[in-house]
Amino acid sequence: MGYRVLIVDDSKLARMSVGKALDALHPDWVRVEAATAEDAAALLDEVDLVLLDFNMPGKDGLEFAAELRGLHPDMPVAIISANHQVEIVNRAGAVGAAFLPKPLTAQALAGFLDDAAERLKAAGL
Amino acid sequence: MSAPVAKVLDAFELDALTELVNIGVGRAANSLREMVGEQVHLSVPKISLLARNDAVRLLGEREEDKLVAVHQVFDGDIHGRVLLIFPEKKSLELVRAVTGGELSLEDIMELEHEALAETGNIILNGCLATIANLLERNLKMSLPEILKGDGPEFFELDPPTDTGEVVLFLYIDFALRSRDINGYIVMLMDMPSLTALKVLLREFIHRTTGAAPPRQDA
Repeated sequence: MGYRVLIVDDSKLARMSVGKALDALHPDWVRVEAATAEDAAALLDEVDLVLLDFNMPGKDGLEFAAELRGLHPDMPVAIISANHQVEIVNRAGAVGAAFLPKPLTAQALAGFLDDAAERLKAAGL
Repeated sequence: MSAPVAKVLDAFELDALTELVNIGVGRAANSLREMVGEQVHLSVPKISLLARNDAVRLLGEREEDKLVAVHQVFDGDIHGRVLLIFPEKKSLELVRAVTGGELSLEDIMELEHEALAETGNIILNGCLATIANLLERNLKMSLPEILKGDGPEFFELDPPTDTGEVVLFLYIDFALRSRDINGYIVMLMDMPSLTALKVLLREFIHRTTGAAPPRQDA
């Protein structure tokens, strides 16, 4: 079945670019988009997994991931950023999020999505 | 005269450029982190496209004190100059942050020039090299040069360019070792270069999204 993926990025271009990669890998999955963490928060109940930009105006991706984790302990989450400083990668790990470097490659995205699909299936979703 | 300048890039092209700069600044943060040995925070850049006079006025309104700039010239499919500008009184703070703060004031002052050039070079190259790579073009960068002044002279550097030059004005905050240092990245280019950049941005948008961008993203 097709999972519902929430793409959160302040850049429309980045959302379209992630969307294109996602379509190529899983054409049957449904894409939901938000430009801010605040907008994304309202959509969490409708989605199965989340792809999150780190550097956004307002709440950043890591702050949002930490909040999300409190509400949805098992939801697969990936942080996407060009900024791969070890502190940021570690913080992503600490909130149980995968870290994917930007610009996103199909290979990196596929790895995360396969893992997410397995976890969702194991959880009976 | 400022209205046509602001309209050269549409909202989607400006979004694409902001994303390129964002990736570039993210990479620069990694490099700075290697240099200072602890996390570096760089804010999401805010970009405006301005005529030169408006850029001079904006900088004058925001910063009243003396300024310091790291300046580099770039050349290739697009050419122009790029400057990292911040308040001069923050300059020694920046040097302290990148050198680790163990040095005497005398040493710091001696190292100021070198540390500024190196830091500026990392940030400016991080941005421009990333933009060039993602646009699939090559840009040559000159060595960094340090300038001090009030602001307007940074926009009037030799050799003189035509007055129709446009300015891409970016505002970023960076925090190093918990010292807040705000700065500006300024790209100056002429109209033919901006037009070339617009074409490259459209190609980039097409490559990454697989779709022609909407005509107007109002």
